Amino acid sequence: MADALARLAPYRAVLASRMRSQRSYRANFALDLVGAVLVGLMEFTEIWVLFHAVEGIGGFTFTQMLLVFGIADLAFSLADLVVGHCDALPTYVRAGTLDVFFLRPQPVLLQLVTSDISLRRLARATVGLAALAAGLVLNDIAWDVRSVSLLAIALGCGFVMFASLFVTAAGLQFFLVNGAEMTNAFVYGGRYAATQPASVWPRVVAVVFGFLFPMAFAAYLPVTALLEMPGAPWLPSWLGWCAPLAAAWSVTLALLCWRWGVRHYQGAGG
Amino acid sequence: MYGRLLVAGVRRQSSYPLATLAGLVANATFGLLKTGILFAAVGSAGGTLAGYDVGAMSAYVWLSQGLLGSVNLRGRSDMMLRVRSGDVAIDFLRPVDVQGAAIATDVGQGLFALLPRGLPSVLIGLLAVGMTMPTSLGPYVLGAFSVLVGITVSHAFVYLLAVTGFWLVETRGVTVLYMSVAGLFAGLYTPIWLFPDWLRAVAEATPFPSMMMYPVDVLTGRVTGGDAVGVVGVQLAWLAGVLLLGQVLTRAGRRTLEVQGG
Repeated sequence: MADALARLAPYRAVLASRMRSQRSYRANFALDLVGAVLVGLMEFTEIWVLFHAVEGIGGFTFTQMLLVFGIADLAFSLADLVVGHCDALPTYVRAGTLDVFFLRPQPVLLQLVTSDISLRRLARATVGLAALAAGLVLNDIAWDVRSVSLLAIALGCGFVMFASLFVTAAGLQFFLVNGAEMTNAFVYGGRYAATQPASVWPRVVAVVFGFLFPMAFAAYLPVTALLEMPGAPWLPSWLGWCAPLAAAWSVTLALLCWRWGVRHYQGAGG
Repeated sequence: MYGRLLVAGVRRQSSYPLATLAGLVANATFGLLKTGILFAAVGSAGGTLAGYDVGAMSAYVWLSQGLLGSVNLRGRSDMMLRVRSGDVAIDFLRPVDVQGAAIATDVGQGLFALLPRGLPSVLIGLLAVGMTMPTSLGPYVLGAFSVLVGITVSHAFVYLLAVTGFWLVETRGVTVLYMSVAGLFAGLYTPIWLFPDWLRAVAEATPFPSMMMYPVDVLTGRVTGGDAVGVVGVQLAWLAGVLLLGQVLTRAGRRTLEVQGG
Protein backbone atom coordinates (compact mmCIF):
# COMPACT_ATOMS: atom_id res chain seq x y z
CA MET A 1 0.00 0.00 0.00
CA ALA A 2 2.67 2.47 1.06
CA ASP A 3 4.65 1.35 -1.93
CA ALA A 4 1.74 2.08 -4.27
CA LEU A 5 1.26 5.49 -2.69
CA ALA A 6 4.93 6.27 -3.13
CA ARG A 7 4.66 5.37 -6.78
CA LEU A 8 1.75 7.78 -7.18
CA ALA A 9 3.56 10.61 -5.42
CA PRO A 10 5.09 12.18 -8.55
CA TYR A 11 1.68 12.24 -10.26
CA ARG A 12 0.11 13.87 -7.23
CA ALA A 13 2.80 16.52 -7.08
CA VAL A 14 2.36 17.29 -10.78
CA LEU A 15 -1.42 17.50 -10.53
CA ALA A 16 -1.30 19.74 -7.47
CA SER A 17 1.04 22.14 -9.23
CA ARG A 18 -1.23 22.23 -12.29
CA MET A 19 -4.16 23.15 -10.10
CA ARG A 20 -2.21 25.90 -8.37
CA SER A 21 -1.05 27.39 -11.66
CA GLN A 22 -4.62 27.76 -12.91
CA ARG A 23 -5.63 29.87 -9.96
CA SER A 24 -2.81 32.35 -10.40
CA TYR A 25 -4.55 34.61 -12.95
CA ARG A 26 -7.54 35.29 -10.75
CA ALA A 27 -9.76 37.34 -13.05
CA ASN A 28 -9.27 34.87 -15.85
CA PHE A 29 -9.85 31.89 -13.58
CA ALA A 30 -13.17 33.31 -12.42
CA LEU A 31 -14.22 33.99 -16.01
CA ASP A 32 -13.03 30.52 -16.91
CA LEU A 33 -15.30 28.90 -14.31
CA VAL A 34 -18.28 31.02 -15.32
CA GLY A 35 -17.55 30.23 -18.96
CA ALA A 36 -17.36 26.50 -18.32
CA VAL A 37 -20.74 26.51 -16.58
CA LEU A 38 -22.13 28.66 -19.39
CA VAL A 39 -20.97 26.21 -22.06
CA GLY A 40 -22.87 23.47 -20.28
CA LEU A 41 -25.89 25.71 -19.75
CA MET A 42 -26.01 26.67 -23.42
CA GLU A 43 -25.91 23.06 -24.46
CA PHE A 44 -28.75 22.43 -22.07
CA THR A 45 -30.60 25.45 -23.47
CA GLU A 46 -30.63 23.82 -26.88
CA ILE A 47 -32.58 20.84 -25.48
CA TRP A 48 -34.78 23.14 -23.43
CA VAL A 49 -35.62 25.33 -26.46
CA LEU A 50 -36.49 22.33 -28.62
CA PHE A 51 -38.65 20.63 -26.02
CA HIS A 52 -40.49 23.85 -25.27
CA ALA A 53 -41.13 24.60 -28.92
CA VAL A 54 -42.96 21.26 -29.24
CA GLU A 55 -44.60 18.82 -26.83
CA GLY A 56 -42.25 15.89 -27.15
CA ILE A 57 -39.57 14.60 -29.48
CA GLY A 58 -38.77 10.99 -30.33
CA GLY A 59 -41.21 9.71 -27.71
CA PHE A 60 -39.54 11.75 -24.94
CA THR A 61 -40.93 14.57 -22.82
CA PHE A 62 -38.73 17.30 -21.40
CA THR A 63 -38.62 15.77 -17.92
CA GLN A 64 -37.55 12.43 -19.38
CA MET A 65 -34.91 14.20 -21.47
CA LEU A 66 -33.49 15.69 -18.26
CA LEU A 67 -32.36 12.20 -17.33
CA VAL A 68 -30.75 11.51 -20.70
CA PHE A 69 -29.02 14.89 -20.79
CA GLY A 70 -28.03 14.69 -17.13
CA ILE A 71 -26.44 11.25 -17.31
CA ALA A 72 -24.70 11.89 -20.64
CA ASP A 73 -23.44 15.33 -19.75
CA LEU A 74 -22.24 14.39 -16.28
CA ALA A 75 -20.39 11.34 -17.60
CA PHE A 76 -18.87 13.41 -20.39
CA SER A 77 -17.74 16.23 -18.10
CA LEU A 78 -16.07 13.82 -15.72
CA ALA A 79 -14.32 12.03 -18.57
CA ASP A 80 -13.31 15.43 -19.95
CA LEU A 81 -11.92 16.36 -16.53
CA VAL A 82 -9.73 13.27 -16.37
CA VAL A 83 -8.62 12.72 -19.97
CA GLY A 84 -10.07 15.61 -22.00
CA HIS A 85 -6.71 17.27 -22.51
CA CYS A 86 -5.58 14.32 -24.64
CA ASP A 87 -7.13 16.57 -27.26
CA ALA A 88 -4.00 18.67 -27.04
CA LEU A 89 -1.87 15.84 -28.44
CA PRO A 90 -1.36 17.44 -31.88
CA THR A 91 0.02 20.53 -30.12
CA TYR A 92 2.57 18.38 -28.29
CA VAL A 93 3.41 16.52 -31.50
CA ARG A 94 3.91 19.72 -33.49
CA ALA A 95 6.01 21.36 -30.80
CA GLY A 96 8.06 18.18 -30.33
CA THR A 97 7.37 18.15 -26.59
CA LEU A 98 5.79 14.70 -26.83
CA ASP A 99 9.26 13.20 -27.23
CA VAL A 100 10.02 14.11 -23.63
CA PHE A 101 7.21 11.83 -22.51
CA PHE A 102 8.84 8.90 -24.27
CA LEU A 103 12.10 9.43 -22.39
CA ARG A 104 10.54 9.12 -18.95
CA PRO A 105 10.10 5.73 -17.30
CA GLN A 106 6.30 6.02 -17.10
CA PRO A 107 3.59 5.04 -19.60
CA VAL A 108 3.08 7.81 -22.15
CA LEU A 109 -0.70 7.71 -21.83
CA LEU A 110 -0.53 8.12 -18.04
CA GLN A 111 1.81 11.06 -18.39
CA LEU A 112 -0.46 12.66 -20.93
CA VAL A 113 -3.44 12.18 -18.64
CA THR A 114 -1.68 13.76 -15.68
CA SER A 115 -0.11 16.53 -17.75
CA ASP A 116 -3.07 18.77 -17.09
CA ILE A 117 -6.17 18.83 -15.00
CA SER A 118 -8.57 21.68 -15.50
CA LEU A 119 -10.52 22.78 -12.48
CA ARG A 120 -12.95 24.60 -14.74
CA ARG A 121 -14.09 21.23 -16.08
CA LEU A 122 -15.29 20.40 -12.58
CA ALA A 123 -17.52 23.47 -12.79
CA ARG A 124 -18.81 22.16 -16.10
CA ALA A 125 -19.95 18.94 -14.42
CA THR A 126 -22.35 20.83 -12.15
CA VAL A 127 -24.70 21.43 -15.09
CA GLY A 128 -25.08 17.74 -15.87
CA LEU A 129 -25.37 16.95 -12.17
CA ALA A 130 -28.16 19.51 -11.72
CA ALA A 131 -30.05 18.21 -14.76
CA LEU A 132 -29.71 14.64 -13.52
CA ALA A 133 -30.89 15.57 -10.02
CA ALA A 134 -33.90 17.41 -11.46
CA GLY A 135 -34.65 14.46 -13.72
CA LEU A 136 -34.51 12.00 -10.84
CA VAL A 137 -36.90 14.10 -8.77
CA LEU A 138 -39.37 14.96 -11.55
CA ASN A 139 -39.70 11.50 -13.06
CA ASP A 140 -41.68 8.79 -11.42
CA ILE A 141 -38.94 6.33 -10.60
CA ALA A 142 -39.40 3.28 -8.40
CA TRP A 143 -36.38 3.37 -6.12
CA ASP A 144 -35.25 -0.23 -5.89
CA VAL A 145 -32.13 -2.23 -6.55
CA ARG A 146 -32.96 -2.40 -10.23
CA SER A 147 -33.17 1.35 -10.86
CA VAL A 148 -30.18 2.20 -8.69
CA SER A 149 -28.00 -0.38 -10.38
CA LEU A 150 -29.13 0.80 -13.83
CA LEU A 151 -28.23 4.34 -12.92
CA ALA A 152 -24.84 3.31 -11.57
CA ILE A 153 -24.14 1.21 -14.65
CA ALA A 154 -25.12 4.09 -16.93
CA LEU A 155 -22.93 6.65 -15.20
CA GLY A 156 -19.94 4.33 -14.83
CA CYS A 157 -20.10 3.01 -18.37
CA GLY A 158 -20.84 6.46 -19.79
CA PHE A 159 -17.67 7.75 -18.14
CA VAL A 160 -15.62 4.86 -19.51
CA MET A 161 -17.08 5.29 -23.01
CA PHE A 162 -16.38 9.02 -23.16
CA ALA A 163 -12.88 8.57 -21.74
CA SER A 164 -12.30 5.91 -24.41
CA LEU A 165 -13.47 8.31 -27.09
CA PHE A 166 -10.84 10.81 -25.99
CA VAL A 167 -8.11 8.18 -26.04
CA THR A 168 -9.27 6.84 -29.43
CA ALA A 169 -9.10 10.38 -30.74
CA ALA A 170 -5.62 10.90 -29.31
CA GLY A 171 -4.41 7.66 -30.91
CA LEU A 172 -5.76 8.66 -34.31
CA GLN A 173 -4.30 12.14 -33.98
CA PHE A 174 -0.82 10.71 -34.37
CA PHE A 175 -1.90 10.27 -37.99
CA LEU A 176 -4.09 13.36 -38.27
CA VAL A 177 -1.91 16.05 -36.78
CA ASN A 178 -3.59 18.79 -38.80
CA GLY A 179 -6.92 17.05 -38.85
CA ALA A 180 -7.93 17.20 -35.21
CA GLU A 181 -11.42 18.20 -36.27
CA MET A 182 -11.91 14.74 -37.75
CA THR A 183 -11.78 13.23 -34.28
CA ASN A 184 -13.88 16.09 -32.91
CA ALA A 185 -16.62 14.70 -35.11
CA PHE A 186 -16.95 11.62 -32.94
CA VAL A 187 -15.75 13.03 -29.61
CA TYR A 188 -17.94 16.13 -29.47
CA GLY A 189 -20.40 14.71 -31.99
CA GLY A 190 -20.58 11.71 -29.67
CA ARG A 191 -21.30 13.89 -26.67
CA TYR A 192 -24.02 15.64 -28.63
CA ALA A 193 -25.46 12.34 -29.86
CA ALA A 194 -25.48 10.93 -26.33
CA THR A 195 -27.71 13.78 -25.14
CA GLN A 196 -30.32 13.06 -27.83
CA PRO A 197 -33.12 10.50 -27.99
CA ALA A 198 -31.62 7.88 -30.32
CA SER A 199 -35.06 7.24 -31.79
CA VAL A 200 -34.70 10.34 -34.00
CA TRP A 201 -31.40 9.31 -35.61
CA PRO A 202 -31.15 8.74 -39.34
CA ARG A 203 -29.88 5.24 -40.16
CA VAL A 204 -26.23 6.22 -40.77
CA VAL A 205 -26.11 7.91 -37.39
CA ALA A 206 -27.73 4.92 -35.70
CA VAL A 207 -24.93 2.70 -37.05
CA VAL A 208 -22.12 5.06 -36.08
CA PHE A 209 -23.36 6.21 -32.66
CA GLY A 210 -25.44 3.15 -31.87
CA PHE A 211 -22.67 0.62 -32.36
CA LEU A 212 -19.25 1.84 -33.60
CA PHE A 213 -18.99 4.56 -30.96
CA PRO A 214 -21.86 3.24 -28.82
CA MET A 215 -23.21 6.54 -27.56
CA ALA A 216 -26.80 5.30 -27.39
CA PHE A 217 -25.64 3.07 -24.51
CA ALA A 218 -24.34 6.03 -22.49
CA ALA A 219 -27.68 7.50 -21.50
CA TYR A 220 -30.54 6.92 -23.93
CA LEU A 221 -30.80 3.14 -23.58
CA PRO A 222 -30.33 2.99 -19.80
CA VAL A 223 -33.01 5.68 -19.42
CA THR A 224 -35.47 3.83 -21.65
CA ALA A 225 -34.81 0.72 -19.54
CA LEU A 226 -35.15 2.73 -16.32
CA LEU A 227 -38.47 4.31 -17.34
CA GLU A 228 -39.62 1.13 -19.09
CA MET A 229 -40.14 2.91 -22.38
CA PRO A 230 -39.96 1.32 -25.83
CA GLY A 231 -36.57 1.83 -27.48
CA ALA A 232 -35.69 2.94 -30.99
CA PRO A 233 -35.71 0.77 -34.11
CA TRP A 234 -32.57 -1.44 -33.87
CA LEU A 235 -32.17 -0.36 -30.25
CA PRO A 236 -34.67 -2.10 -27.92
CA SER A 237 -34.65 -0.79 -24.36
CA TRP A 238 -33.32 -3.99 -22.74
CA LEU A 239 -30.00 -3.09 -24.38
CA GLY A 240 -29.70 -0.54 -21.58
CA TRP A 241 -28.40 -3.39 -19.43
CA CYS A 242 -25.68 -4.06 -21.99
CA ALA A 243 -23.87 -0.78 -21.41
CA PRO A 244 -20.91 -2.63 -19.84
CA LEU A 245 -20.44 -4.54 -23.10
CA ALA A 246 -20.50 -1.28 -25.03
CA ALA A 247 -17.97 0.17 -22.56
CA ALA A 248 -15.70 -2.86 -22.98
CA TRP A 249 -15.84 -2.47 -26.75
CA SER A 250 -15.00 1.25 -26.44
CA VAL A 251 -11.99 0.51 -24.25
CA THR A 252 -10.74 -2.13 -26.70
CA LEU A 253 -11.08 0.28 -29.60
CA ALA A 254 -9.32 3.04 -27.63
CA LEU A 255 -6.35 0.91 -26.61
CA LEU A 256 -5.94 -0.46 -30.14
CA CYS A 257 -5.98 3.04 -31.62
CA TRP A 258 -3.60 4.34 -28.98
CA ARG A 259 -1.05 1.52 -29.52
CA TRP A 260 -1.37 1.85 -33.26
CA GLY A 261 -0.75 5.61 -32.99
CA VAL A 262 2.23 5.29 -30.66
CA ARG A 263 3.87 2.70 -32.92
CA HIS A 264 3.36 4.97 -35.89
CA TYR A 265 4.91 7.94 -34.12
CA GLN A 266 8.47 8.56 -35.17
CA GLY A 267 9.39 11.56 -33.08
CA ALA A 268 9.82 15.16 -34.06
CA GLY A 269 13.31 14.58 -35.39
CA GLY A 270 15.06 16.34 -32.50
CA MET B 1 -3.20 46.53 -49.34
CA TYR B 2 -5.90 44.88 -47.22
CA GLY B 3 -6.90 43.04 -50.38
CA ARG B 4 -3.45 41.43 -50.46
CA LEU B 5 -3.70 40.43 -46.83
CA LEU B 6 -7.06 38.91 -47.66
CA VAL B 7 -5.48 36.87 -50.45
CA ALA B 8 -2.66 35.80 -48.11
CA GLY B 9 -5.31 34.54 -45.71
CA VAL B 10 -6.90 32.54 -48.52
CA ARG B 11 -3.54 30.99 -49.50
CA ARG B 12 -2.72 30.05 -45.95
CA GLN B 13 -5.99 28.25 -45.49
CA SER B 14 -5.59 26.34 -48.74
CA SER B 15 -2.30 24.78 -47.64
CA TYR B 16 -3.90 22.45 -45.11
CA PRO B 17 -6.12 20.12 -47.14
CA LEU B 18 -6.38 17.51 -44.38
CA ALA B 19 -7.67 20.08 -41.91
CA THR B 20 -10.30 21.06 -44.43
CA LEU B 21 -11.40 17.47 -44.98
CA ALA B 22 -11.52 16.97 -41.23
CA GLY B 23 -13.74 20.00 -40.86
CA LEU B 24 -16.04 18.59 -43.50
CA VAL B 25 -16.38 15.29 -41.65
CA ALA B 26 -17.25 17.18 -38.47
CA ASN B 27 -19.81 19.29 -40.34
CA ALA B 28 -21.43 16.24 -41.88
CA THR B 29 -21.65 14.45 -38.53
CA PHE B 30 -23.19 17.38 -36.70
CA GLY B 31 -25.39 18.14 -39.70
CA LEU B 32 -26.85 14.62 -39.65
CA LEU B 33 -27.37 14.71 -35.88
CA LYS B 34 -29.09 18.09 -36.11
CA THR B 35 -31.20 16.92 -39.03
CA GLY B 36 -32.43 13.99 -36.95
CA ILE B 37 -33.53 15.93 -33.90
CA LEU B 38 -34.87 19.00 -35.76
CA PHE B 39 -36.84 16.91 -38.25
CA ALA B 40 -38.36 15.01 -35.34
CA ALA B 41 -39.27 18.36 -33.74
CA VAL B 42 -40.89 19.58 -36.96
CA GLY B 43 -42.69 16.24 -37.17
CA SER B 44 -44.15 16.43 -33.68
CA ALA B 45 -45.21 20.04 -34.30
CA GLY B 46 -47.35 18.68 -37.13
CA GLY B 47 -45.24 19.55 -40.18
CA THR B 48 -44.33 23.18 -39.56
CA LEU B 49 -42.47 24.64 -36.61
CA ALA B 50 -42.04 28.43 -36.38
CA GLY B 51 -42.44 28.61 -40.14
CA TYR B 52 -39.95 25.82 -40.86
CA ASP B 53 -41.07 22.75 -42.75
CA VAL B 54 -38.71 19.83 -43.23
CA GLY B 55 -37.14 21.30 -46.39
CA ALA B 56 -36.53 24.72 -44.84
CA MET B 57 -35.16 23.13 -41.65
CA SER B 58 -32.74 21.07 -43.71
CA ALA B 59 -31.60 24.20 -45.56
CA TYR B 60 -31.03 25.90 -42.19
CA VAL B 61 -29.05 22.93 -40.81
CA TRP B 62 -26.71 22.50 -43.75
CA LEU B 63 -26.14 26.16 -44.51
CA SER B 64 -25.35 26.91 -40.88
CA GLN B 65 -22.98 23.92 -40.75
CA GLY B 66 -21.42 25.09 -44.00
CA LEU B 67 -20.80 28.56 -42.59
CA LEU B 68 -19.14 27.14 -39.50
CA GLY B 69 -15.71 27.05 -41.11
CA SER B 70 -16.00 30.68 -42.16
CA VAL B 71 -17.81 32.40 -39.32
CA ASN B 72 -15.71 32.52 -36.18
CA LEU B 73 -17.90 31.37 -33.28
CA ARG B 74 -15.00 29.81 -31.35
CA GLY B 75 -13.44 33.08 -30.33
CA ARG B 76 -9.84 32.16 -31.02
CA SER B 77 -7.64 34.16 -33.36
CA ASP B 78 -4.02 34.73 -34.29
CA MET B 79 -4.33 38.25 -32.96
CA MET B 80 -5.09 36.86 -29.52
CA LEU B 81 -1.82 34.89 -29.54
CA ARG B 82 0.09 37.92 -30.79
CA VAL B 83 -1.25 40.13 -28.04
CA ARG B 84 -0.39 37.50 -25.48
CA SER B 85 3.12 36.88 -26.73
CA GLY B 86 3.84 40.56 -27.26
CA ASP B 87 4.39 40.14 -31.01
CA VAL B 88 1.71 42.74 -31.45
CA ALA B 89 4.32 45.38 -30.60
CA ILE B 90 5.86 44.66 -34.01
CA ASP B 91 2.46 44.97 -35.67
CA PHE B 92 2.17 48.49 -34.31
CA LEU B 93 5.40 49.40 -36.10
CA ARG B 94 4.04 48.32 -39.48
CA PRO B 95 2.55 50.96 -41.76
CA VAL B 96 -0.91 49.33 -41.77
CA ASP B 97 -3.78 49.59 -39.39
CA VAL B 98 -3.42 46.73 -36.89
CA GLN B 99 -7.15 46.13 -36.65
CA GLY B 100 -7.74 46.29 -40.41
CA ALA B 101 -4.88 43.91 -41.17
CA ALA B 102 -5.90 41.33 -38.57
CA ILE B 103 -9.53 41.28 -39.64
CA ALA B 104 -8.75 41.25 -43.39
CA THR B 105 -6.53 38.17 -42.99
CA ASP B 106 -9.15 36.33 -40.96
CA VAL B 107 -11.96 37.22 -43.35
CA GLY B 108 -9.80 35.96 -46.22
CA GLN B 109 -9.38 32.61 -44.49
CA GLY B 110 -13.09 32.55 -43.79
CA LEU B 111 -14.03 33.28 -47.39
CA PHE B 112 -11.75 30.60 -48.73
CA ALA B 113 -13.24 28.05 -46.34
CA LEU B 114 -16.54 28.47 -48.17
CA LEU B 115 -15.14 26.60 -51.15
CA PRO B 116 -13.74 23.38 -49.68
CA ARG B 117 -15.96 23.34 -46.63
CA GLY B 118 -19.06 25.49 -47.05
CA LEU B 119 -20.18 24.30 -50.47
CA PRO B 120 -19.48 20.58 -49.88
CA SER B 121 -21.42 20.72 -46.60
CA VAL B 122 -24.42 22.14 -48.42
CA LEU B 123 -23.94 19.57 -51.17
CA ILE B 124 -23.89 16.69 -48.68
CA GLY B 125 -27.13 17.99 -47.20
CA LEU B 126 -28.66 18.41 -50.62
CA LEU B 127 -27.79 14.87 -51.71
CA ALA B 128 -28.26 12.99 -48.44
CA VAL B 129 -31.28 14.79 -47.06
CA GLY B 130 -32.62 17.27 -49.61
CA MET B 131 -33.61 20.87 -48.88
CA THR B 132 -35.79 23.71 -50.08
CA MET B 133 -33.93 26.65 -51.59
CA PRO B 134 -35.24 29.78 -53.35
CA THR B 135 -35.82 29.47 -57.09
CA SER B 136 -35.18 33.12 -57.97
CA LEU B 137 -31.82 34.86 -58.19
CA GLY B 138 -32.49 37.68 -55.70
CA PRO B 139 -31.99 35.81 -52.41
CA TYR B 140 -28.67 34.39 -53.65
CA VAL B 141 -27.22 37.77 -54.60
CA LEU B 142 -28.29 39.51 -51.41
CA GLY B 143 -27.52 36.31 -49.47
CA ALA B 144 -23.93 36.24 -50.72
CA PHE B 145 -23.45 39.82 -49.53
CA SER B 146 -25.15 39.01 -46.24
CA VAL B 147 -22.80 36.04 -45.73
CA LEU B 148 -19.78 38.26 -46.39
CA VAL B 149 -21.01 40.80 -43.84
CA GLY B 150 -21.79 38.01 -41.38
CA ILE B 151 -18.29 36.54 -41.65
CA THR B 152 -16.79 40.01 -41.19
CA VAL B 153 -18.93 40.81 -38.14
CA SER B 154 -17.78 37.58 -36.47
CA HIS B 155 -14.08 38.23 -37.08
CA ALA B 156 -14.42 41.88 -36.08
CA PHE B 157 -16.05 40.76 -32.84
CA VAL B 158 -13.39 38.12 -32.16
CA TYR B 159 -10.82 40.86 -32.68
CA LEU B 160 -12.42 42.66 -29.72
CA LEU B 161 -11.78 39.57 -27.58
CA ALA B 162 -8.16 39.53 -28.68
CA VAL B 163 -7.54 43.14 -27.68
CA THR B 164 -8.97 42.58 -24.20
CA GLY B 165 -5.66 40.76 -23.82
CA PHE B 166 -3.96 44.14 -23.43
CA TRP B 167 -5.58 44.29 -19.99
CA LEU B 168 -6.25 40.66 -19.10
CA VAL B 169 -3.08 38.88 -20.33
CA GLU B 170 -4.80 35.49 -20.18
CA THR B 171 -7.92 35.61 -22.36
CA ARG B 172 -9.10 32.01 -22.26
CA GLY B 173 -12.01 32.96 -20.03
CA VAL B 174 -13.27 35.61 -22.43
CA THR B 175 -13.00 33.13 -25.28
CA VAL B 176 -15.04 30.47 -23.52
CA LEU B 177 -17.64 33.07 -22.58
CA TYR B 178 -17.90 34.15 -26.21
CA MET B 179 -18.01 30.59 -27.51
CA SER B 180 -20.98 29.63 -25.35
CA VAL B 181 -23.06 32.76 -25.90
CA ALA B 182 -22.25 33.21 -29.59
CA GLY B 183 -23.19 29.63 -30.48
CA LEU B 184 -26.62 29.96 -28.95
CA PHE B 185 -27.49 33.46 -30.13
CA ALA B 186 -25.99 33.17 -33.60
CA GLY B 187 -28.44 30.37 -34.21
CA LEU B 188 -25.92 27.54 -34.41
CA TYR B 189 -27.70 25.22 -31.97
CA THR B 190 -31.26 25.87 -33.12
CA PRO B 191 -32.74 28.68 -35.21
CA ILE B 192 -33.32 31.59 -32.83
CA TRP B 193 -36.91 31.67 -34.16
CA LEU B 194 -37.61 28.57 -32.06
CA PHE B 195 -36.71 30.41 -28.85
CA PRO B 196 -39.40 31.57 -26.43
CA ASP B 197 -40.23 35.23 -27.07
CA TRP B 198 -38.16 36.73 -24.27
CA LEU B 199 -35.04 34.77 -25.21
CA ARG B 200 -35.45 35.66 -28.87
CA ALA B 201 -35.69 39.33 -27.89
CA VAL B 202 -32.41 38.98 -25.98
CA ALA B 203 -30.77 37.32 -28.98
CA GLU B 204 -31.98 40.03 -31.35
CA ALA B 205 -30.47 42.70 -29.13
CA THR B 206 -26.99 41.23 -29.69
CA PRO B 207 -24.73 41.24 -32.76
CA PHE B 208 -24.61 37.41 -32.81
CA PRO B 209 -27.59 36.72 -35.13
CA SER B 210 -25.87 39.00 -37.67
CA MET B 211 -23.03 36.49 -37.89
CA MET B 212 -25.00 33.42 -38.94
CA MET B 213 -28.77 33.47 -38.43
CA TYR B 214 -29.48 36.50 -40.62
CA PRO B 215 -27.26 35.40 -43.52
CA VAL B 216 -28.91 31.97 -43.48
CA ASP B 217 -32.35 33.59 -43.39
CA VAL B 218 -31.56 35.82 -46.37
CA LEU B 219 -29.92 33.04 -48.35
CA THR B 220 -32.72 30.54 -47.81
CA GLY B 221 -35.38 33.11 -48.62
CA ARG B 222 -36.94 33.04 -45.17
CA VAL B 223 -36.89 36.82 -45.39
CA THR B 224 -37.26 38.41 -48.82
CA GLY B 225 -37.58 41.77 -50.52
CA GLY B 226 -37.56 44.88 -48.34
CA ASP B 227 -37.36 42.83 -45.13
CA ALA B 228 -34.22 41.13 -46.37
CA VAL B 229 -32.61 44.47 -47.19
CA GLY B 230 -33.58 45.64 -43.70
CA VAL B 231 -31.88 42.58 -42.16
CA VAL B 232 -28.69 43.29 -44.09
CA GLY B 233 -28.94 46.89 -42.87
CA VAL B 234 -29.00 45.64 -39.27
CA GLN B 235 -25.92 43.53 -40.01
CA LEU B 236 -24.08 46.54 -41.45
CA ALA B 237 -24.99 48.65 -38.41
CA TRP B 238 -23.54 46.01 -36.08
CA LEU B 239 -20.45 45.74 -38.25
CA ALA B 240 -19.87 49.50 -38.02
CA GLY B 241 -20.36 49.44 -34.26
CA VAL B 242 -18.04 46.51 -33.66
CA LEU B 243 -15.33 47.96 -35.93
CA LEU B 244 -15.51 51.32 -34.20
CA LEU B 245 -15.22 49.78 -30.75
CA GLY B 246 -12.28 47.72 -31.98
CA GLN B 247 -10.52 50.84 -33.19
CA VAL B 248 -11.05 52.58 -29.83
CA LEU B 249 -9.84 49.57 -27.85
CA THR B 250 -6.80 49.14 -30.10
CA ARG B 251 -5.71 52.73 -29.49
CA ALA B 252 -6.29 52.49 -25.75
CA GLY B 253 -4.52 49.12 -25.63
CA ARG B 254 -1.54 50.50 -27.47
CA ARG B 255 -1.02 53.01 -24.70
CA THR B 256 -1.18 50.39 -21.95
CA LEU B 257 0.94 47.90 -23.85
CA GLU B 258 3.78 46.51 -21.84
CA VAL B 259 5.67 43.79 -23.57
CA GLN B 260 6.54 41.18 -21.00
CA GLY B 261 10.08 40.06 -20.69
CA GLY B 262 11.57 43.29 -22.04
